[in-house]
Formats: sequence, structure tokens, C-alpha cells
Amino acid sequence: MRTLKFLLRKEFRQIFRDPSILRLILIMPVIQLLILPWAADYEIKNIKLAVVDLDHSEYSRQLINKITSSGYFILTDYSSSYEQSLGKIEHDKADLVLQIPGHFEKELVKEDEAKLFIAVNAINGVKANLGAAYLRTIIQDYNSEIRTEWIQFPRFSAETHIEVTYSNWFNPLMNYKYFMVPGILVILLTMVGTNLTAINIVKEKEIGTIEQINVTPIKKYHFILGKLIPFWLFGLFVLTIGLSIARLVYGIIPSGSFITIYVFAALYLLAVLGLGLLISTYSANQQQAMLLSFFLMMIFILLGGLYTSIDSMPEWAKWITRFNPVSYFIEVMRMVVLKGSTLSDIKYQLLVMGGFAVFFNGWAIISYRKRG
Amino acid sequence: MSNGKVITAEQLTKRFGDFVAVDHISFDVMKGEIFGFLGANGAGKTTAMRMLCGLSLPTSGKATVAGFDVFKENEKIKKSIGYMSQKFSLYEDLTVKENMEFYGGIYHKSDKFIKEKTTFILNELHLTKEGNKLVKSLPLGWKQKLAFSVAIFHEPEIVFLDEPTGGVDPVTRREFWNMIYQAADRGITVFVTTHYMDEAEYCSRVSIMVDGRIEALDTPSQLKKTYEAASMDEVFLRLARKAVRAAD
Amino acid sequence: MRQFFSFIKKEFYHIWRDKRTMFILLGMPVVQIVIFGFALTNEVKNAKIAILDNSKDAATTSLSAQLNASRYFDIEKNLVSYTQVEEEFKKGKIKLAVVFPQHFSEDLLHFNKAQVQLIADASDPNTANQLTNYATAIIMDYQNRITNERKLPYTINTEMRMLYNPQLKGAFNFVPGVMAMVLLLVCTMMTAITIVKEKEMGTMEVMLVSPMRPQMVVLAKAVPYLLLSTINIASILLLSRYVLEVPINGSLILLVFESILFTLVSLSLGLLISSMAGSQQAAMFISLIGMFLPTIMLSGFMFPVENMPLPLRIVSNIVPAKWYYNIVKSVMIKGVGLHVIWKETLILGGMMLFFLTLAIKRFKIRLA
Repeated sequence: MRTLKFLLRKEFRQIFRDPSILRLILIMPVIQLLILPWAADYEIKNIKLAVVDLDHSEYSRQLINKITSSGYFILTDYSSSYEQSLGKIEHDKADLVLQIPGHFEKELVKEDEAKLFIAVNAINGVKANLGAAYLRTIIQDYNSEIRTEWIQFPRFSAETHIEVTYSNWFNPLMNYKYFMVPGILVILLTMVGTNLTAINIVKEKEIGTIEQINVTPIKKYHFILGKLIPFWLFGLFVLTIGLSIARLVYGIIPSGSFITIYVFAALYLLAVLGLGLLISTYSANQQQAMLLSFFLMMIFILLGGLYTSIDSMPEWAKWITRFNPVSYFIEVMRMVVLKGSTLSDIKYQLLVMGGFAVFFNGWAIISYRKRG
Repeated sequence: MSNGKVITAEQLTKRFGDFVAVDHISFDVMKGEIFGFLGANGAGKTTAMRMLCGLSLPTSGKATVAGFDVFKENEKIKKSIGYMSQKFSLYEDLTVKENMEFYGGIYHKSDKFIKEKTTFILNELHLTKEGNKLVKSLPLGWKQKLAFSVAIFHEPEIVFLDEPTGGVDPVTRREFWNMIYQAADRGITVFVTTHYMDEAEYCSRVSIMVDGRIEALDTPSQLKKTYEAASMDEVFLRLARKAVRAAD
Repeated sequence: MRQFFSFIKKEFYHIWRDKRTMFILLGMPVVQIVIFGFALTNEVKNAKIAILDNSKDAATTSLSAQLNASRYFDIEKNLVSYTQVEEEFKKGKIKLAVVFPQHFSEDLLHFNKAQVQLIADASDPNTANQLTNYATAIIMDYQNRITNERKLPYTINTEMRMLYNPQLKGAFNFVPGVMAMVLLLVCTMMTAITIVKEKEMGTMEVMLVSPMRPQMVVLAKAVPYLLLSTINIASILLLSRYVLEVPINGSLILLVFESILFTLVSLSLGLLISSMAGSQQAAMFISLIGMFLPTIMLSGFMFPVENMPLPLRIVSNIVPAKWYYNIVKSVMIKGVGLHVIWKETLILGGMMLFFLTLAIKRFKIRLA
């Protein structure tokens, strides 16, 4: 215990002696947490629409009016040439082209059937799909209006109608920030924690002080605890700042309890710091440590379920996510913050995280050798 | 510690793949001795020393330090030794006092001991005013003397010094050796590697390593006699000329 | 010039000696492109849903079967009561619940009207949004099929053409994005620590007393990494084309040229960070923690830039990856030429000059 006291005192002194690093690792996450959640919005709006109107009829104008007044679309081009409109898509001036063929009105009225052509920039498949779906719904609505105009008998007798009602539970206003802010917080916490630990130890290797430590009778786990505890406390501090920002700036109040978040976070940080230790034992210099942690971070973050849903990943990628601590924490944050889950609801995740913590730290302690 | 031997080595060997860094060396070091370990760069001095300190596992042979086996009891050895590596290894972002407190603490010394010893050392080194300065602000010579003081802060039986005076001016070197003598007088055995031949003259006994083997081991005066040389420099040149291994 | 080359040679030796780092630098982009190219898709597939069927008749069974048959949904559970819905959501497995009221078929037959309730777990609003959209589409299809059994007058048919990506593959959108991200971060990190490392090690002074001009010292740092990066560009393009099967519809030469330009931007940015940072650690934190998330979130491949609020749309312009992502999409997938992307190209060129000049300037200040 006494050894640990001296180790801790030394670590804290070193951390506070370099305020530039301390400022950096506090300010960077805060700024990002303040800015980035505003960018996260998958909802498709402001779709750029180019219209090719070859009919120039009353109906075609009505249809265009109806589309632009829906709020989803911005009319960026109105022309009589399909080629010109495709050029707009090439230049990213349009996402969708609606072509109204000549004689549209005439065919609809005389032959009971008319055709519209829609071309979509489908590079972003989801955006294309949703944009096209909105457009089709508007056209269908317009179609119904025309029918009621022409057909006198009551409409419900002819058209079957299934009414769909929607409920969005846990986040009825579909506020993306409730979902992104805790997620971004988790990612920042992970990056800061892993990097700090990894680089700190590698630095001692580079300077040569670790050899001086290795020649003392110090116990391996003492040394490692001496490194873990300060960064663990630091991580909890960053978490507290992050949760305060979530509360004050984004008005996010967890439906679950803070205790649940902190219990899980405490365990999570142990696992993540253990990973940092592990990276440091396998790196000879700071550059290697950074590249290794960058590689792992990128996998952890992009396969963490925050940006794209884990359910839609291929089987092997889902398998990777099971070994991804970030995905568990994001899941837990979402459960506690939005659904009010309690400790007993997340006992599986707690168990897994405990496993990670033991595994990473155990491996780090075993592979840290005082003699080569 | 029979017969006053504090270090014994028998056929001690270290291989890195095909390369034999230390080739079956055998020697004893007596209590209170200043044992000089000489050799050209790359002769295997540092590797041999690292094995004795428990930083590197020997490939074969036998060795004890302070009565403990280097293979099995390396953690026990560490309680009895001090070590000063070639690389400067105090924390530059801690103050002089903080470094002493830290190293004293991890050797399980009491607060009172640490305090008294710190005051004592700062006095000895005339660094009382610099106690609260960051180590990185001190000149190299002072840092080296400080590193030595920290290496023997916990009063070990043996202290290992790996080329402790590299890059230091002659005056400071002289002072440094005075500190080594004082330590030896207090009964601390000193095991020191160097390639300054004038320093070899200060040692009780020296061994000269060439290509991983010990080619000669005796008191400086006896060595000069054996090799009919006027100085240790000459002794060394005669032996080192046989080397085939390139210096690094 | 001879000095300059001997300098570059020295930088090369540094990289060549540290085999592990070199291996990571060349291997990492390969692994990342493959993993993310396959795994990242914002399309929802096989989402687990639950059905609460209070009617259990021909219509509801048929609709449930159709939901289950689509690639978007897998029916995980059939519930019997409303309270179970919340339980299932809390466990976190079910993303959507479909509730059929009693007498669904009868209502449909007699009144031509019936109700379905979709309850989404909106703790993930993106998935919730998409799932309700897909489910609605399937229900509408079902409704139209019933309707079309009787032919209606005045029908507008729509014909849809999906341009560039008829199969709506996620890779077409994500591969350009991942390319931008990997190139930017790897290149920036490579040069970010070079200058500050030599300063920490004390080797910088040796160079400063040499007759080399300071700007040459800075430039020489970037050259070897530029060569490493061209290897990365080659491997990334080959993988995208042959493993991820994203076509290169435009000019390959243009694509390679733009990629090298983007690499130069990233390397210059790294040099700038290196000339400003006080320690290797600081340089690394800035280039990794400081740039990682902004690159993912503001370059447009995760979240369309046009959806963002105005201040962020402005901020996104300083993210180099945004411009490169647009270029790659245009050249690789749309197959257009320089006449469409000249603006983006100019911006990248400007960024490179800006970063580089600033880096050299900062470096000189440090010398003074």
C-alpha cells in the first residue's frame, strides 16, 4: 500500500506538471461534445429536386406546387430537357429528377392512366430510397385528389385504406441528440483513456525511467495500479463534465439513475485503460502506440453501433462487435439515458465488461516483463 | 555471503539468437570492493550487468548477487541493489526532492528516513537551494551526481553503475569518483563499467572484457605488471586489439 | 539539391529501420478499407421486430408473413399483450413492434378501412425512422394489391430509375468516405510527430546548424511519407475496385492525381501540427483525438452536410475530407471529369499551400 501511495503521488505530480497536455485532453472533448451532436441528423430533408416538365399543363403545375410545398423538397432546376437535369445530378445540384412527359394531363384524363419518371442519385442508397418514397407518397396523394375531383361517388367504397399510426417510444420527438450526445461522450472517453495510458507508459520506456523502476523490488501490479488509478479518476472526471454538458446544453436528463451510469462507466474505464496498458506493452515508441490505438479506435468506433446499426452488419462484423467494449457502453448509455434501464437490466453488459477488464489488465500484467 | 563474496558468476552466458553477447564469464566480487568492468563498446559489459541486476534473463551459467540466485530470486536481488543506467533515468518533470521521495518510497523507506536522507544528500551535493527545482533544469554533471545519490538512496549492499561518467567534464568526474569512494567506505560494493582507463586505476580490481569474454581480471597494478605496460591504457589496447567484433 | 536528397534519404532510413511502424502504416489502411467497406451500411437489414396480433385472421397473418419475408425484418417474437411491448424494448432486442387491433380483416372487408399501429424504439431515431418507413411501404404495397384487384380510373404510375447505384449498395457511399478518412488520418499522424520528435530527442539542433534552409528541412520530412502514401493509395483503390466492387467509372489518372493532392494536404496538415505542438504526445492527441470525430461527422458521408444547421455547414468547409469525399464520389461513381470537380480541386490545393506555408513559418519562428 505504501508503495502505491508513492507511485500515485508521482503520477499525479507528473500529470499536473504539464498543464498543456491536461488542457488539451479536457478542451478537445468538450469542444467536440458541444459541436458535433448538431451535425448528427439522418432525417432526410432539403432534397434537391430538378423537374423536367414537357407537358406544361395545369396538372403538371399543380403537381409541382404540391411537391414543393411539402417541405421536403427544394426545387433547384426547372427545365424542358432531361439531359440538362441529369447534368444537375452530376454537379450535385440535384438529388432527384422528376420528369413529366408530354401529354401527361391528356393521357390521364382520356386514357385513365399516365406515367411519371423519377431518376434518383442513388450513391447514398438510404437517402435515395427515402427521397423517392416521399416523392411517391406525394404523387399518390395528388392522384387521390384528382380522383375525387372526377369521380362523384364516395371514395371509401372503391379504395381500400389501411391507416398506419406511429408511436416513437423512449424518444417521441425523435431527437437525435438524445442518442448522439451520450454516444459521442463514450467515444471521447474511450479515446482519451486508451491514449493517455498507452502513451504514458511508452514514454517511460523511451526515456528509460522504466528500467530504473524495473530494477527496484516493486511489484508488477503495484506499478500497473499506480498507472491505472490516476487515469481512471481522470476518466470519471471527463465523464462528469460530459454529463453536465449533456444536461446543461442539450437538456438531456437520464431516465435511469446516474448511479447505474457511473457503475458501468467505472468498470468500462478499467477495461479501456487495460487496453491502453496492453498497447503500451506491445509498442516500442510513441508512434507505434499511437498507430496501434488509432487502428483499434477506428474499429471500435465505426463498429460500435453509434453511426450505423449493428443489426445491418454482416455476420462476421457482428461477431467483431461482440468483442468491442464501445458497443456495450453505447448500448448501456442508450438504455439508461433513454429507457431508464436499471442495474439489473444491464447485468449482462456489466458481466461482459467485467470480463474485458479482467482480460485486458490480466494480459497486460502478464505481458509486462520486468526482465527481458 | 560466504567468504565475503557478494557477487559470484560462473560460466554466465547470454545469447541473442546466434549472437553470443556474453560468453561463459566467471568472476567473484568481494564485499566493499570497487569492481571495474572494462571493455570496448559492444564487448558485452552492459548485458552482463543487466543480467546481474535482474533486468535480463541469462541463457546459461550460474550467478548469485547478495546471496540470491539471478535465475530464480531476481526480485529479492532488487531489494539489495542500486542501479544507475547509461540512459539518464530520473524523472525530469519532477523536482530533485520529489525524485528522492519517490525512489525512497518504492524501496519501502520510512518518511523520516526519506526526509533525513534527502537533507543529507542535498547538503553533501551543495544542492540545498535546488531541492525544489525540476531535474530537467539542472546541468548534466549535477544530474549524474544526483542519479548516483538516488541509486544508493536506500543504502543497498551493491550498486551497479553503467558508464556513469559519460559526457561529464573532468572536474565533475573527479567529484563523482570521490562519491564512489565514500560509498565504498560505507561498505557498499560498487560494480562499475567504464571505458575511461584513468578511472580503471581507481578500482580495487578490474576485469577486461573482449568479445563477450573476460580476458583479464586482477588489480590494476598486477595487470600492468603482467602485461608489462606503463598504464592501464596500454593494457587495455593490447587486449582490445584482439577483438574481432565491431564496436557499435 | 544534394543536401536535400541526403536529407530525404535519412528520413527514409528512419522509416525503413522501424519495420513494425512501416508494417502498420502500410497494412492498416488495407484492413480498414476491407472491414469498413463491407461492414458499414446505413441501410437497415434483418431488424428484429415483434408482432402483437389481436386479430389473428387471414389478413394479419398474410401481412406478418410479408414483413417477415422482406430483407428488412425478422420477426423475433409474437406477443400476446400490450405490456409485453415495453418489456421487450427494455431488453433492447426488438426495434419495432407491429400491433394489429381486433377484427382487422372484418374492418378491411366491410368498411374498406383498418388500422395498424407501428411502435418504434426511437432511442435510435435513425433506425426507428427507417423501419417505420419500410414497414409502411410493405403495408401500402399490400393495400395497393387489394385495391388493384379492381381497376381504378385516373391512375398515375411512377417509374423509378436509381442512377449510379441501382442495387443501392452501402459501399458506394461508404467506400469514398472511408478512403477519405483513412488517408487523412494516417497521413496526418505520420508527419504530425516528425518535427516535434526530433526536437524532443535533441537531433533537431544538428540539422539546424547544417546549411540546409529551414523550409527544406520541413519539406524533406514529407517526401518519404508521400511515397508511402502512394502505396496506400494504390492498395486502397485496388481493394475498392476488386474486393468491394465499387466501379471506377471516371478517369483513373484523375482519381490518382486527386488522391495524391489530398495526401499532400494531409501531410502538410501533419507538418503544421508538428511545428506547433510542444511534445509528441500533444501532436498525437491533436491529430488523433482532435481530428477523428470531426472527420467522421462533418465530411458528409455519415450525415449529409445539407441536413446540418447553417453554422455546421460552414464549419464543414474546413474539413479537408469533405472535399475529397465529394471528388471521389464524382470521379469514381458518377464518372465525371475535372470540369465538374475543379472547385473542390482548387480548394484542396489552396488548403495544401496554406498548411505548408504556415508550417514553415511556425518552424522558422521556433528557430528564432
